[in-house]
Amino acid sequence: MMSDIVHRRSPVLSTVIWGLVLVWIIAAGFPFLWTLWGSFKVQGDFFSKADWTNAVYGVRTQIETGGTLTGNGYYGAWVTKEFGLAAVNTSIVVVSVVIISLTLGTLGGYALARSGKKYAFYLLMLALVFRAMPHITLVSGYLLPFFEWNLWGHLPTAIIVMVAINQPFTLWMLHSFFLNIPKDLDESAMVDGCTRFQAFRHVIVPVMWPGVVTTGLFSFLLAYNDFTVTATLLSQANQTMVPKIASFLGTTQTEGNIMFAVTAVVSATAPLFVLILFFQRQIVSGLTAGAVKG
Amino acid sequence: MKNRTFFWFILPSLITMLLFIALPIVSVAVQSLHIEHEAVMIEVENCGPFGCKQELQVDVKKAAKLKKDRPLGQFNGLGTYTNRNHLAFTEIGLAWQSSTGVVDFFSKALNLPFYRALSFTLTYTFVVTPLVIIFGFMIALGVNTLPKRIKGPTIFISLLPMIVTPLIGSLILFWMIDANGILGATLQRIFDDPDLSLKASPTLTWIMLMVYGVWHSAPFAFIVFYAGLQTVPADTMEAAMIDGASRWERTRYVVLPHLMPLTVFISLIQLMDNFRVFEPIVSFSAQASATSLSWIIYNDLVGTESQFFGSAGATSVLTIIGVSILLIPVLIRTWRDFNQKVV
Repeated sequence: MMSDIVHRRSPVLSTVIWGLVLVWIIAAGFPFLWTLWGSFKVQGDFFSKADWTNAVYGVRTQIETGGTLTGNGYYGAWVTKEFGLAAVNTSIVVVSVVIISLTLGTLGGYALARSGKKYAFYLLMLALVFRAMPHITLVSGYLLPFFEWNLWGHLPTAIIVMVAINQPFTLWMLHSFFLNIPKDLDESAMVDGCTRFQAFRHVIVPVMWPGVVTTGLFSFLLAYNDFTVTATLLSQANQTMVPKIASFLGTTQTEGNIMFAVTAVVSATAPLFVLILFFQRQIVSGLTAGAVKG
Repeated sequence: MKNRTFFWFILPSLITMLLFIALPIVSVAVQSLHIEHEAVMIEVENCGPFGCKQELQVDVKKAAKLKKDRPLGQFNGLGTYTNRNHLAFTEIGLAWQSSTGVVDFFSKALNLPFYRALSFTLTYTFVVTPLVIIFGFMIALGVNTLPKRIKGPTIFISLLPMIVTPLIGSLILFWMIDANGILGATLQRIFDDPDLSLKASPTLTWIMLMVYGVWHSAPFAFIVFYAGLQTVPADTMEAAMIDGASRWERTRYVVLPHLMPLTVFISLIQLMDNFRVFEPIVSFSAQASATSLSWIIYNDLVGTESQFFGSAGATSVLTIIGVSILLIPVLIRTWRDFNQKVV
């Protein structure tokens, strides 16, 4: 083929490209691999001043625990420090945020996609401005009223706040997905005598799932990864995983406890790993959906 | 769609946004005009073994009542904005008069908390954003040439730094550059300097925070550019080849113009997100060397003894003004696009 000849690269260019990709892969992947491996060691190995190979062979771990790998860090985090409770809280928060924000978002996004009026555009602009607000500035607006009305510290409060913060993004994304579903579909249903809501319920809902799943993934990530809202609006007892990890850092300077944080970090990363494994295609398409359409 | 139907469809979403995004902005503005009550002092007679004395004490009961009646505190006007912790007009004026040159003036101004945070936030935003675009583009070009079989796993690994919780991702890097961590200890060995610590030096801390920022956001730019590369028009590419354009010329004159709208999109998103840089500073415990606007608001809110709502409010309002300035070009652009579509 002629195009193969044209596309052939000089060996120098190929080497440079391969080298670049290799460096990036190591930079992106190695820190996670290293931390996963290190989480099964004692602090003396993971933070080894003498020789970094100690962390590979587990020299101190062998001396302190009798084996080259240890689950002590995990025991400390999950049993002693009750990380499991934080994991449960995170699950409650994340599931609720995803369900509520998708419900509100599909209704709103559908309306914005079908309206065609000028005010729908103004609303989208407003959502863009809201999207840009740093979360901590909003939080500093909530705190005082929430204290006054005794709303502070509870999971539902954090959930509804995150749903709201999530709305601008959800609206934009679902709006662009609904634009891709042909108008004729629901309009013909309405010609047949459906109301707008019936048309939405019986015609649009069955075909909207790919878009909803993609948007749901990003809502999941926002809720799961949030530190600002959960760290400031939740009481100690209701803490989710991310602020809990942050609190490990503040209080546990004693020998060995830093490993609790390391194991907690690995535990909290694992679900995200699985998520990318199964939904890589949707994540990639979601990231590009907004961009390619302009 | 009828206006009525539209209204009912959008209502739930609109209510949450108005209650929890629009209203807090108003609330922040109101808070910023108030300040905590002054401590109520009371004169008490304190009798000890050496006789009685009149002493001033804090009247806890009265203070609690005052706080209950007027939780916002007392009205302070724009006082909070101009005090030392925010715009610091007095201090800036003094620094201007007493400084020997521009450099001296800036070093004095950057000792003030607000300007310190602002300088880091702006530096971070405007260093990280272009670097993310450049690295993302280079990785996309590289990955695009890989054989199909290893593209999938490559993208999987590339997504990790972006998907993983920012606080966690920055912690993972932080532990590696710890003086006893794998990178920190190795650097000490290489430079033969046992005191070399990436945490102790402000410059190195700034660099590390920005390295984290690029590491975290480059995958986003990479994915968007990668998707864009799949849609480069094949016939334009072939025409360029027939005209004898070299590889470099094709990249420069065909691929880059095609990706230009994507570059604008990425930079807008990145400007917004980088301006709120916050979690890495917590993870790196970098507050001694680098603070951001978001971080000083957080610091006011989670204070151990009391919270400074007035101060947090004022910084928040200033931050919102900053974000709005960043947003203006975006809004103008979207506005123009929309009006073109209509016409």
